Amino acid sequence: MEIKVLKDILSANDQIAERNHALLQSKNVSCINVMSSPGSGKTSLILETIRRLKGKVRIGVIEGDISSTIDAQKVSGEGVPVLQINTGGECHLDAVMVGHALDNLPLVDIDLLLIENVGNLVCPGEFKLGEEKKVLILSVPEGDDKIYKYPLLFHLADAVVINKIDLLPYTKFDVEGFSKALKGINQKAQIFQVSCTTHQGIEGWVSWVVSSIRYPHKRTAK
Amino acid sequence: MHELAITQSMLDLVLDEANKTGAARVQKINLVLGEMSGIAGDCVQFYFDYLSKGTNAERATLSFRKIPTQARCHNCEEVFTPKEFDWSCPKCHNVSLEITAGKELYVESIEVE
Repeated sequence: MEIKVLKDILSANDQIAERNHALLQSKNVSCINVMSSPGSGKTSLILETIRRLKGKVRIGVIEGDISSTIDAQKVSGEGVPVLQINTGGECHLDAVMVGHALDNLPLVDIDLLLIENVGNLVCPGEFKLGEEKKVLILSVPEGDDKIYKYPLLFHLADAVVINKIDLLPYTKFDVEGFSKALKGINQKAQIFQVSCTTHQGIEGWVSWVVSSIRYPHKRTAK
Repeated sequence: MHELAITQSMLDLVLDEANKTGAARVQKINLVLGEMSGIAGDCVQFYFDYLSKGTNAERATLSFRKIPTQARCHNCEEVFTPKEFDWSCPKCHNVSLEITAGKELYVESIEVE
């Protein structure tokens, strides 16, 4: 006997992601899922964002890595609440892991939660976590062809950050060609060109982050 | 590499559906995988053989229907399969497109006894 199912394989994850989203909404926390290959500058961009918004936006961070607490220690040094998830081999964060992390973060004291996903351009795309926005970082040394090799994440992103633009003179990275290709498969994505080393372009990125905070008056409303 | 989590999720869903109908055994699972989902069927099969041991779905056949990526041009409505390094419309060369297929990742049906 054949039974029609027609259900998304990740529907269980999606349901938990919706629960996470509802919890964050109830606590007036905006949430951004930051994704990229390993070494593209996720932690550096998060650190830059925290520094620029110090005293203005209360940021919390979830760090996702296969192992180690190196990133969590760096973020913790900025004096913000941070929780490290070690996936123990899994190449992405999922909604269950993030749900447990949310239970252990002081959400009432957080306006913006930044989730640093495990470094990977494939797997994190499939797993919703409960975020409002997805951000993808592509660093110049990785090359401008990644959009064709890993189209799903580029298609899903609300913003794409080209990081390490200080290295543009030494590579063949075609910013214009990449931006055109991105606009083709993703009309909504904002593009930012930044360097976390020279701090070029960070202001534009930070303005976008601030504009995506849904509850800017949370602190004064308390 | 995310096939382990995907396979576990798929198996949970299948066992749940089979349980609802009171089926004793799942014989076949028909899966639909879009090209953009980046799921390797061989990996799913490998994990499935391991994860399904001792369940009602042990030794079930996995069938994969693969859906190629397909796009529709926002300008001329042409529906096309994007080329490897060129996602522009082959008819009018416009780059703005809507992805109409290739993101699928679902269980279409199961065959039970």
